[in-house]
Amino acid sequence: MFSNKTIVGALVGVAAIGSPAFAQDFNGVTVNVLTRPGYVIAGPLIERGKDFEEMTGAKIVVTEVPFAEIFPKIQNDWATGTNSIDVGVFAAGWGVELDAAGLLEDLDPYVAADDKIDLDDIAPYFREFGQKVGGKTKLLMVDGDFQMVYYRTDVLEEAGLEPPKTWEDYLDVASKIHGMDMNGDGEPDYGSCIFKKRNAQSYFAIQTFAAPIVQTSGTAQGFHFDNATMKPLINNDGWKKAFELYKETGKYGPPEELNMDIGDTRALFKAGRCGLIVEWGDPGTLQLDDDATAIRGKMLAISAIGSREVLDRETGKLVPVTKENAPYSVDGINYSPFAAFGGWAGAINKGADERTKAAAYAFLSHMNQSAQSGVDVTRGPTGYNPYRISQLASIDPWVEAGMPADLATNYLGAINAALDNLNMSSDMKIPGAQQYTGVVLDTELARYLADEISVEEALANIEEGWEEITEDFGRDEQVAAQALALGG
Amino acid sequence: MATNENIRQPEFSRAGVPFGERLSEWVDRHSGTFFIAPAVVLILIFAIFPTIYSIFFAVSRVRFTGDGLTFRYVGFRNFSKQFFGSSEVHFLGRTDPVSIFGWVVFAIIVIAVLWWLIRSVKRSTWVGMIGRTISAVMAIFLSWILCASLLSGNAIGTLYQTLFYVVVGCALQFAIGTGLAFLCSQPISGKNFFRVVFFIPLMITPLGVGYAMRMVADVTKGPFQPFLSYMGLENWVWSTDAWSARFVMMTGDSWQWIPFIFICMLAALENIPRDHVEAAQVDGASSFQIFREIIWPQVLPVAVTVLLIRMIEAFKIVDLPNIMTGGGPGSSTESMTLHSMYIWRANDLGSSAAIAYLLLILTVVVCASFFNYVVLGQVRKARA
Repeated sequence: MFSNKTIVGALVGVAAIGSPAFAQDFNGVTVNVLTRPGYVIAGPLIERGKDFEEMTGAKIVVTEVPFAEIFPKIQNDWATGTNSIDVGVFAAGWGVELDAAGLLEDLDPYVAADDKIDLDDIAPYFREFGQKVGGKTKLLMVDGDFQMVYYRTDVLEEAGLEPPKTWEDYLDVASKIHGMDMNGDGEPDYGSCIFKKRNAQSYFAIQTFAAPIVQTSGTAQGFHFDNATMKPLINNDGWKKAFELYKETGKYGPPEELNMDIGDTRALFKAGRCGLIVEWGDPGTLQLDDDATAIRGKMLAISAIGSREVLDRETGKLVPVTKENAPYSVDGINYSPFAAFGGWAGAINKGADERTKAAAYAFLSHMNQSAQSGVDVTRGPTGYNPYRISQLASIDPWVEAGMPADLATNYLGAINAALDNLNMSSDMKIPGAQQYTGVVLDTELARYLADEISVEEALANIEEGWEEITEDFGRDEQVAAQALALGG
Repeated sequence: MATNENIRQPEFSRAGVPFGERLSEWVDRHSGTFFIAPAVVLILIFAIFPTIYSIFFAVSRVRFTGDGLTFRYVGFRNFSKQFFGSSEVHFLGRTDPVSIFGWVVFAIIVIAVLWWLIRSVKRSTWVGMIGRTISAVMAIFLSWILCASLLSGNAIGTLYQTLFYVVVGCALQFAIGTGLAFLCSQPISGKNFFRVVFFIPLMITPLGVGYAMRMVADVTKGPFQPFLSYMGLENWVWSTDAWSARFVMMTGDSWQWIPFIFICMLAALENIPRDHVEAAQVDGASSFQIFREIIWPQVLPVAVTVLLIRMIEAFKIVDLPNIMTGGGPGSSTESMTLHSMYIWRANDLGSSAAIAYLLLILTVVVCASFFNYVVLGQVRKARA
């Protein structure tokens, strides 16, 4: 009798051998993948899925659903035993809730038999935070994510301004360049562009604003909760300031910014209409696109924007940055680059049959291996950002892909600086993460931005909403999950 | 006894009739039940059962686990937080502070409702009084929220956003739809062409309408951009202002649903006997008098029924605000259905079910009140 583990090991062993060797091994197997809509993220899965089918016989079917429906659809499908989805490609941080429900396949046995995955080449943060849950590999990255600020070098030079270091600087620069013609079409353009539409991804940007104000003593400290009690750390002057700064950027943004999703702001900055933007790693490569000639090589990244004031957690008030209260601060400024979203990663449904799981792993490994991912991350439309050390070590592949050398140096430098920052802030990685941020934080933020409620009301509502979620999942369980997530 | 036996139906006392014949007669007698049974069973399975099952969701916190769904009973917490908890302002709107104007209007409404209720005591049965009391309680509750939020200068929540789409939207749609139907019932050239044109929007899927409206209403690239620019409104953005966003939403909804009112009212108008109208014309009545005295009373039962159906549908508005604004700015265009959908999408099935039940209660009470006190009233009036 062979145990399931033996069968899996055998299948994985076959799958892990070079591509020609596993030709036909997965004949008749169909792997159903669910992810976000559009070419971004889904496109490369489809394209490489065809290659994979030719090599192995396994058919890769990619289903695309709106961003907000990805997680509930997967959770619903896997928890109810429908099992129409074999692989979910979603935010790395969401995996923990699925794993807590026992829905994720443990990938360690597959990884152990895979000599091509080379996990040591994956940057430690993405390897340990993104791919692992409870110390076991449960996901494989296809993308690495940090939110950064990008600025137009030509516009700031023309205005005689320095790139911003703090959020106050950001507002100052935005106010001074707002209304300038930045693309030569005779029309006034915008100082700052941020995607602020509700039910989209605005809730990540506000965390990028809050992180350097609230988190001061390292990644394990976190900036959402008091880790010991899981009491929300949001109804205080730190988050209040972040909300106010975030709202004020709207004065220097497009008039319809509150209804703009990330695709809308990307169209604007590619058309040369934005002086400053808050974004993930994508603008680095997107400016190489054919429709981005107005900004090619002109948008440089800033690893993190900081704050001269930080939250005193005892009093809930803001205090000036010192080396005592913010040991990682530099020149009186506290920085905390935010790993927003944590990167897109693939997870396998534990309820799928063994052969499908083996084929699914082989496909995710194929996507993750440096031979494929090293190419994908240099192409802007894929939406994939670098997450392997080899991708971040040299500018050569980037220059070969068409990126100007100085832009490549800046771009990789910014991502490396974020990864190396000991005060880097993590996205939530506890059960209910999507509810905490994607629903409660997002809704109250949107209502504050629309002047429906005051900042005090928004923060009080978020505090109450987060407490309800914590109670639902169990406070002790959440304390344990938070400790595991932040390594505290 | 003999008398009793004599009044029995013949088929019950036909001893000696073969079993097959008796069975056939029994089946004949119950044929109505047999014919209707499949439909009733289907309704029970597909409508009633899920409705009852969802009560378990509404009083529970539901978690997804490897073994399926787990329910934890939380009583009415999913409901109470819509009125007193973290979702209060989202659902009801801001109800503090209440202006003097708000207090005055609320007092007037309460007095009027109580007066109506007291007057009903003499005329209604006890069953009728229960219904009227429920209607009165709902009227007072809705009045309080209206007076404390909108009439006091505070923001409204998803409750009144839904009622805005229902009351203002349906009134507008009814007025325009009836007007167009009246025009198309007149002997004008090309009326068949207009009938088809006016009916087309109803055949488009709401998602399509949403995306079309989003493009039409785009202030930077849409077809009205030159006009807005000419008017000096190039910087005006409807989607960032609560009320303009609601009106754009209502306009899109009206564009789709005016044809429904139009087609129903056209059918009603064309069924009015021509001799009544011609007789009035011979008597020298003006067009307005003919409409008011002849046409309107005859189409009134149809009109209020159509309005009722449209209201029930309007309570469920979800596609347009979801596509055009995602419920924003803030939650300004979010209907109760959309609110429920967003929470459901986050897998908070308990709260989603609770909001769905609140919507059900609101819809049933408002529409039943409208039916009892308006529709039936107009039908009785028309018959008289």
